[in-house]
Amino acid sequence: MAKASPSAETALEINLKDPRLAAFLAWLVPGLGHIYQGRTGKGILFFTCIVGTFFYGLYIGDGRVVYASTADVFSRQFLERWQYLCQVGVGLPALPALVQRERMRSNKQPLRLPVIGDKFMRPPYKQPPPDMPGGFESPDQTDRQRRVHHPDELAQWNYERGEYFEIGTVFTVIAGLLNILAIFDAYGGPLVIPPEEQKPRDDKSAGKTSEAK
Amino acid sequence: MMLESFELNLAAWPLLIATLGALRLWYAVPLVTSVSLVCAATRHEEMGPIVIHAARFAVWIVVFMAIVVAVIQLLTWLQ
Repeated sequence: MAKASPSAETALEINLKDPRLAAFLAWLVPGLGHIYQGRTGKGILFFTCIVGTFFYGLYIGDGRVVYASTADVFSRQFLERWQYLCQVGVGLPALPALVQRERMRSNKQPLRLPVIGDKFMRPPYKQPPPDMPGGFESPDQTDRQRRVHHPDELAQWNYERGEYFEIGTVFTVIAGLLNILAIFDAYGGPLVIPPEEQKPRDDKSAGKTSEAK
Repeated sequence: MMLESFELNLAAWPLLIATLGALRLWYAVPLVTSVSLVCAATRHEEMGPIVIHAARFAVWIVVFMAIVVAVIQLLTWLQ
């Protein structure tokens, strides 16, 4: 068994099997590519850290922080929700947002989940739908008797969740970016840092040493 | 009576804000943990070096965050 030291690690040979398939599996489900390669420990580590971070962010953001813009993919408006490009790095867990996006684009009702309702990974409405006759409004956070009107649903979500909307977005974005590192690890193996070697003496110091001798 | 409760509210505000700030800071803990573990895992293959590298990297992140906070705080005082 190889010792857990950098010098022993450099001598480790890892069978990456089919690196492209491993990279695809690593994107689809974080850690799955590593498990396919037989690197189970790292696979579980990646899965726990990345999926845990992603779903914790989704929980903080009330299931609303992961969504894709309804604009055309190659249009500039699509980049208004650029965060999704990072979030989709996490693979399958972020893909329901694309389903919700397509349903919204084709004027279908968004998918509903038992607890969260239709807000799960659904893009925010810009115009109030027919079942929201009062428009986008929520109770005033300082005076619950009053109602606050919002220009669109995104403004309403930001108002209702406050900073947690941003924190949830940051968590999910970072989870997606971390999985990109994991994908590269599945494709090419770890970037093992070689042990520090003693720097060779330069001629001047060597000369001085020899002179001192 | 009204005045007293108003003064109490005023006195409680900084404490409340400090508590909320401290609570919000706790959100950094899972993030720093997962970021350091994943980054360390892309540098090593064995669990031992991964954990050691992750611990060092987590400390480095916290120190970096503390420096950024200190700089921002300094800029706030200089304003």
